Amino acid sequence: MRMRGTAALAALVLSTITAGAQGTKPNDAQIAHIAYTAGQIDIKAAELALQKSHNKEVRAFAEDMMRDHKAVNDKALALVKKLNVTPQDNDTSKGLVKQADEKEASLKKLNGAAFDKAYAENEVGFHKTVNGALESTLIPSASNPDLKDLLRTGLKIFQGHEQHAEHVVQALK
Amino acid sequence: MRWLRKGRPLRLAWLLGLAACPVSSAVAETIQIRVEDLGFVPAQVSAHVGDTVEWVSRDFVAHTATARDGRWDVAIPADGKGRITLTRAGAVAYYCRYHPGMIGSISITAPP
Repeated sequence: MRMRGTAALAALVLSTITAGAQGTKPNDAQIAHIAYTAGQIDIKAAELALQKSHNKEVRAFAEDMMRDHKAVNDKALALVKKLNVTPQDNDTSKGLVKQADEKEASLKKLNGAAFDKAYAENEVGFHKTVNGALESTLIPSASNPDLKDLLRTGLKIFQGHEQHAEHVVQALK
Repeated sequence: MRWLRKGRPLRLAWLLGLAACPVSSAVAETIQIRVEDLGFVPAQVSAHVGDTVEWVSRDFVAHTATARDGRWDVAIPADGKGRITLTRAGAVAYYCRYHPGMIGSISITAPP
């Protein structure tokens, strides 16, 4: 189930981002919305982990996710304000939210070690997907240099998250 | 009470020497390490016991400089600073607890 969910998310993100809203690459307002939405999704997942998990490593990871994604999203909000850009909702953001809601519902049904494992594995898959989208589409498509820089820094941070999540998955085995 | 062990007479002599000769070449230094783009720059530094290491961050996310042997754990706030005064010689590998891919090392020797 997990692999199917991750593969479906990856397919959705890559296809919708690549295709864009009108068959073209996403614009900066859409890119900002997608990046911000992805951050909010991971913050929400971390909040759930902090409510449900008693595992020290999982909790520390979740706290790291809250701290970093909040910092990146605060920076993103400040940037769009400075650029006078209104983030624009789009099919990719909507798809991300839909998938995240479904994942949240399934995580909520789990407890203890089963929750920890599912949360950590989902974090690996989620970061892998978002990082792939940043690298292949969002960063190359961004036209504003400040937005491009922020996305590049975000990618570096999130690649660290992906490795960290993989480490947590291994530690839970 | 570790300071009571073998290093103490030497350190005491050094301190007394410092007191007698205030203008000494052995004045403790502050060594700055930049924290930028999720990295410690430079990643390797040399220092002496008594020196202060100061990490100056330009990143907008928080970091730590955490010694792998557990001797210190320094918080480095976003766009802020963290510092530690080195009290023991040795080679210390450190990393960021929040971003374990960030690594550095300090080679600490006795004061000159």
